[in-house]
Amino acid sequence: MSYYDFLFVIEVLVGGLLSGVMYSLVAIGFVLIYKTSGVLNFAQGSMVLFAALTFVSLVERGIPFALSLLITFAVMVALGFTIERTVLRPLVNRSPMTLFMATLGLSYIIEGAAQLIWGTQVHGLDLGIDDTPFEVGGILISSFDLLAAAIAAAMVAGLSAFFYWTRIGLAFRAVADDQFAALAVGLRLPRIWGTVWTAAGFVALVAGLLWGARLGIQFSLSLIVLKALPVLVLGGFDSILGAIVGGLIIGASEKLAEVYLGPFVGGGIEGWFAYALALVVLLVRPSGLFGQKTAERV
Amino acid sequence: MAVQALDAARLPVDWAKLVQKLALATALFVVAYGVVPAYASGYLVEAILLPFLALSLAAVGLNLLTGYCGQLSLGSSAFMAVGAFGAYNFNLRVEGLPLAVTMILAGISAAGFGVVFGLPSLRLRGFYLAVSTLAAQFFVQWALTKFGWFSNDNPSGVISAPHLAVAGLSLDSATGRYLLSVTTVMVLTALVWRLVNSATGRNFIAVRDNETAARVIGVPVLRTKLLAFAISSFIIGIAGVLWAFTYLRTVEPAGFNLDRSFQILFIILIGGLASIRGAFLGAAFIVVLPLFLSRLGAFLFGGLFDSGVLDMSQRIVLGALIIIFLIAEPSGLSALFDRLKRRIGSRSS
Repeated sequence: MSYYDFLFVIEVLVGGLLSGVMYSLVAIGFVLIYKTSGVLNFAQGSMVLFAALTFVSLVERGIPFALSLLITFAVMVALGFTIERTVLRPLVNRSPMTLFMATLGLSYIIEGAAQLIWGTQVHGLDLGIDDTPFEVGGILISSFDLLAAAIAAAMVAGLSAFFYWTRIGLAFRAVADDQFAALAVGLRLPRIWGTVWTAAGFVALVAGLLWGARLGIQFSLSLIVLKALPVLVLGGFDSILGAIVGGLIIGASEKLAEVYLGPFVGGGIEGWFAYALALVVLLVRPSGLFGQKTAERV
Repeated sequence: MAVQALDAARLPVDWAKLVQKLALATALFVVAYGVVPAYASGYLVEAILLPFLALSLAAVGLNLLTGYCGQLSLGSSAFMAVGAFGAYNFNLRVEGLPLAVTMILAGISAAGFGVVFGLPSLRLRGFYLAVSTLAAQFFVQWALTKFGWFSNDNPSGVISAPHLAVAGLSLDSATGRYLLSVTTVMVLTALVWRLVNSATGRNFIAVRDNETAARVIGVPVLRTKLLAFAISSFIIGIAGVLWAFTYLRTVEPAGFNLDRSFQILFIILIGGLASIRGAFLGAAFIVVLPLFLSRLGAFLFGGLFDSGVLDMSQRIVLGALIIIFLIAEPSGLSALFDRLKRRIGSRSS
């Protein structure tokens, strides 16, 4: 392999890693909810769409950037607590599958509502980030992707700090560890779940803004849920670290596969390659790379 | 005489119930083969009955896998696609293949796919399995679009239904397609009904209820799961043939997308898991809902209620219904139906 080929591989790899960060961003929202309530929240993608659509519609109506962000966040808080009250609380103690299917229904409601309220047209979103690639040692790197990665890193750091140094974060960890024990010591589960869904809503907002700036804000934004699922499967549903590592692995190998494997099979393999990769990993490690193994009891 | 007495002693026959069942079956036959072909309008057959029948069959198939065997699948429409494109190709490439054989071969292809994508279920459970069935969804759609061979090199991957005939009798008319559809659905449903009441059906339920316990009492868990995937995919594949050949007549791979998979899942959720009747009730509901909503919307809001708004409000109503059913009536319409019947029964007696 010549030097330039090598550089090209590195460039593809870096691009893949950075787009993997974008996947992780969505996946983290899933992990938060899964860890604390055992729900695989399929509606995460539609929450991304809802947050981004609300934000961009507010901005287009002339409301300043910061205020729009605040209003959207308030809406996500309301959404999180409404979901807890109307969907989770009545379904408490039901099987994880039932809860998953409920979030499927939820995703239909949120998608429908978001587009009924704000319309179905495509919105462009300009975050004021310059997207000119710059060169590092002969490799072109997108500055937007780099900034997105920085934001994701900041968010993960913020979430970790929140989990480790605040009271409610401690409560989160207690609930994630053992729901019954948490209830027994008097933690208020409904409030914690509401807060967790809010946190997931916040993650959705961040992801929505970054993805929206990239793709434009439209219905297909909610389909990034399908990009995040293999990441989750690969990393394990209950590990933030897994979501990040999984995102990086999927992002990088997807890009490499598209470049080196794609031409042999006619291209367009990004739709399923991540799933195939995740499946292969699962066959070796059935609960993902970092997922918790569950004991089986009769 | 002695044998009869022995039989009667072993299985006390509830004659009233048997007569009731026979009457119900006869009525069903009279309606399906007499009343509908004779009196139903073209619109009723084309827009309601044909999609209803195809979706019901798909739901029966998925119910076998998800409702009875407890393996959540999000890739049903991929198996429908395999069935539809399989039937198209068998019919195209093998001269003079009878329609029934074509359909069975298509079902077998779908079953093969089902087993391949069911293999992960041997290692994976729950969400991990559900997500891996998505792989089937995306892979099949990609392959059908990417390789022209499947659609006889149609540039957009579209296939059209061939001439349908059984024993020289053309079934291309709306009524003919209806008869083909209703016969297929009845035969397969009867087979599924037999299956779920057999030892295999009980194995399915044992695996669903507690896999470890099922293994302990000697249920061959792996074989049972794969069998569930195979039979379920076979039925869903044939439902795909019906969908493509009798209802739409022209389909493209994109028609078998994730939304269709969810639609079939929603049918069995609304109709009732692990209930054959539920699959039919749910399918009827899903087919009628958009028609009902568009009428209602037009009545309430007039011109404001365009197709975009209809689409969105349909999503919202459907999503809300799923949640309401999961909360209030997890056994779906089927259980509601039973309760209604009991109430009427207790009032009349």
